[in-house]
Amino acid sequence: MRSSGAAVFAEGLRKRYGEARALDGFDLTVPEGSVCGLLGPNGAGKATAVRILSTLLRPDGGRAEVAGSDVVRQAGEVRFKIGLAGQQAAVDEVLTGRQNLVMFGRLYHLGARAAGRRADELLERFGLAEAAGKQARHYSGGMRRRLDLAASFILMPKVLFLDEPTTGLDPRGRNEVWESVRSLVVGGTTVLLTTQYLDEADRLADSIVVIDRGRAIAQGTPDELKSRIGGDQIDVAVRDAGELPAAAEVVGRVCEVDPEIYRDARRVSAPVGDRVATLTEAVRALDDAGLAAEDIALRRPTLDEVFLRLTGHRAGETGKEAAA
Amino acid sequence: MKPVTPTLSRTPLDRLRWALADAWTITRRDLTHWVRQPFGIVITLLFPVMLVLMFGYLFGGAMSVPGGGNYREFLMPGMFAMTMAFGPERTMLSVSSDAAKGVTDRFRSMPMAPSAVVAGRSIADMLGSALGLAVMVACGLSIGWRWHGSMVESLLAAGLLLLLRFSLLWVGIYLGLVVESPEAVAAVQILVWPVLFLSNTFVAPETMLGWLGAISEWNPLSATVAAARELFGSPGWGGESWIAQNSLLMAVVWPLAIFAVFFPLSVRRYRRLSR
Repeated sequence: MRSSGAAVFAEGLRKRYGEARALDGFDLTVPEGSVCGLLGPNGAGKATAVRILSTLLRPDGGRAEVAGSDVVRQAGEVRFKIGLAGQQAAVDEVLTGRQNLVMFGRLYHLGARAAGRRADELLERFGLAEAAGKQARHYSGGMRRRLDLAASFILMPKVLFLDEPTTGLDPRGRNEVWESVRSLVVGGTTVLLTTQYLDEADRLADSIVVIDRGRAIAQGTPDELKSRIGGDQIDVAVRDAGELPAAAEVVGRVCEVDPEIYRDARRVSAPVGDRVATLTEAVRALDDAGLAAEDIALRRPTLDEVFLRLTGHRAGETGKEAAA
Repeated sequence: MKPVTPTLSRTPLDRLRWALADAWTITRRDLTHWVRQPFGIVITLLFPVMLVLMFGYLFGGAMSVPGGGNYREFLMPGMFAMTMAFGPERTMLSVSSDAAKGVTDRFRSMPMAPSAVVAGRSIADMLGSALGLAVMVACGLSIGWRWHGSMVESLLAAGLLLLLRFSLLWVGIYLGLVVESPEAVAAVQILVWPVLFLSNTFVAPETMLGWLGAISEWNPLSATVAAARELFGSPGWGGESWIAQNSLLMAVVWPLAIFAVFFPLSVRRYRRLSR
């Protein structure tokens, strides 16, 4: 029962925690050599999916193959072919960067000399050569994550799982990690990464799978998804809540959709097609209607808006939050 | 960069070889922690020494030894056992912080022997405890404690003390797997004290209220302490009750019972991580 050469293949995966359904018939196909972004809010089942695919968790139902091996029946073989970088940097903070990589290399059954050589190569490649002799606890957040990535890359895995690789990092740390991930992909590794950030999936992924309540609800390239979502958003904030209906009418006419009204923020939001033209037109139309806008801005859609468009409900709005 | 492709071990002999190699890798990791955090290990080694000085000299004058004898000679075997009882909280801390930091998950996603993490931890902890015991013996000798029994009896006493430590190791591993965060170790650090005081470590149970004395005599720690006193030829062992008469037997039975409960519990808990 081989699955058409896909690096990751999952079919009808199910996992319950008590009453909560973390995964509820989850399907996934990731072609070899590609980067797939698994996008969803907290509790959507992203982490559960990754934990099952990386052999940490047994599914209640369905089946999955990673690099051609079944994650339940051939877990031992899967473990030789994957790397996992979880939500935290899973490194020993007391050991130095190099000691960490040598230890993990030994546990991957490399000989002492091979483990040392590999550690040096990876420290060089992930820009940690200068910090090789420093204890990991003195590393910055970004450095620690890169050490974590290096550890998951010791065997040059066929498939690399990255579970929210940049959560909790500052923008600089995020950029460092993104750079590293991109460099790994060049070597042919298939990457499955989970994220709550649309821009992260956008920058790194060839294809995005949107997951909600344990099911894949949409799949496509970032561009395909964005056009379904409606691309960028325009925000118009007014001084007086009383002006909201009038502003909504104007924005709705310009963007040709029903805008979202956020009463508390005295703000109207709508997706835009042509960014600059819409902005100019909106400014003019508001002016013509005699409305004083406090602020007008174009921005990327938030995950909340993606969800609203794809599912008709806000992330985590209805149903029980499944354990992440 | 050349790809590296180690092979999956298939024969049982191969697996055993890797299990031992992996356990040793983990042991070395824990030993490196000592070298990298010398302050921690020094504190761990010196804290019992401080207690010896405190009880031996500060309170010692007011203490009486059943059947007569030097209080410091009475105290030392109790302090050896106490040093063993301080162990599980360190084990628990290491196990729970590995789980909290995701290191346990990393190990579980790797093709290493599942037993290695725990085996490596046990070896390192037992080496640490042996070192702790050696420091305490040196401390005892310097304040006038001597072993009066034969070398074999003394080594047997040391063996019983380490057996106690080995059984408590599994309590530590189990608790480390159960607790949600490493902070919970503080609770165990506090709870170890009543267990210590409700034993024959510092005072003879005969001097306590009847029911308190009974609890103290049945405390697993007391069996090891009494057996160590007997084997070292220190004063203050023996007594009227059955349990006091059979401390050597109980110093073997208690640790085995603790191990028999907490080893399967720990294994089950570790397996349940994948549920």
